[in-house]
Amino acid sequence: MTPNEYDYLRGYLKQQSGLVLTAEKQYLIESRLLPVARKAGLASISALVAKMKEPGQSVLCDAVVEAMTTNESFFFRDKTPFEHFVDTMLPSMLQARSRERRLRIWCAAASTGQEPYSLAMCLKEQEAKLAGWRIEIVGTDLSNEVLEKAKAGVYSQFEVQRGLPINHLLKYFTQNGDTWQISSTLRSMVQYRKLNLLEAFSSLGQFDIVFCRNVLIYFDNPTKIDILGRISKQMPADGFLVLGAAETVVGLTDAFKPMTEKRGLYQLNGAAAGGGTVRGLATGTTGAPTSAFASAAPRFSVVPR
Amino acid sequence: MKNCLVVDDSSVIRKVARRILEDLSFEISEAEDGLKALDICRKEMPEAILLDWNMPVMDGLEFLAQLRREPGGEKPKVVFCTTENDVSHIAKAMRAGADEYIMKPFDREIVEAKFAEVGLI
Repeated sequence: MTPNEYDYLRGYLKQQSGLVLTAEKQYLIESRLLPVARKAGLASISALVAKMKEPGQSVLCDAVVEAMTTNESFFFRDKTPFEHFVDTMLPSMLQARSRERRLRIWCAAASTGQEPYSLAMCLKEQEAKLAGWRIEIVGTDLSNEVLEKAKAGVYSQFEVQRGLPINHLLKYFTQNGDTWQISSTLRSMVQYRKLNLLEAFSSLGQFDIVFCRNVLIYFDNPTKIDILGRISKQMPADGFLVLGAAETVVGLTDAFKPMTEKRGLYQLNGAAAGGGTVRGLATGTTGAPTSAFASAAPRFSVVPR
Repeated sequence: MKNCLVVDDSSVIRKVARRILEDLSFEISEAEDGLKALDICRKEMPEAILLDWNMPVMDGLEFLAQLRREPGGEKPKVVFCTTENDVSHIAKAMRAGADEYIMKPFDREIVEAKFAEVGLI
């Protein structure tokens, strides 16, 4: 691959998906795009780039974006976020939403479904406390291919052994030869939609809990700030945001603040301090209060370094 | 340093497992069947046991049943590591007192994930 071709791919990916590839990520392009090239009958990345520049190649171009933006995913990846979910977020929401008994959760980079299904398993384990509750999990991702896999919920023997306790495998999966399918009950707990985080997502509605892990790392700072700002507008004042282990809002936006002693967990700024009136709305209003919070949510601002 | 007993009749598997577990800071002892493993455990209980199922002399399941009846035999975390990868085998092993279960083939990440699952890492 020539430097020109590399620059073309970087520019194209930035424009289409916001993905920022630094100069040393050449290996990533090669390892991810060679299979795409071969599938299209092309011998090299150079041939792939040449083909992408021809008119009418949108299917191929989509495949390139998908291949570059797909993450490997594990069940219960990093563990801690799911402990926070069960120990902090759920108890808080069970109390705050005790009247509405309704909870909406968004996995903003659902990938092949491991994260939303891990949350579904957590909810299943807590079933006794959740009688009468309506809990929605919405999983979104940029890539059609991974969403199809997520919907099917079929995983290889390798995939079900990374992060998934064996008892959960026995309890929630059915074996079919070398593959394991997550139960229809759990599949029915998650809805999947295709979504590019660079585009508007206000139509998804409000979410009490947002998991947005290991996707912001691919974006440059202005894009991160924009996405975090727009996420904050989809959340009620007492909502929770979960970022990946290597991600933070610090130095980017003051829309969110990190929760002390809860790594990776954020709340809207003003949720605790000085947010009394907003909080009052959150617990005191029944019906569909969600849209009211769009304007109540604080705007982001850039914190200069 | 935690001790892990690797029980497998294949010397290749024992070698691979040893390499992975030494990287995870375990001290390794090896046994090629359940009976030899039981001897080692009677001398000193390890913290962890990576256990194959099908072995000559005494298989993994029988070893596990005996181990759990030994004094102090409830202590080691036992992770099965076997080509027996169907639901009925897994359920049987868990009922017999296994803590986790690895279906072969395995890799470094799987061993690490499963050992973390039972609190060994």
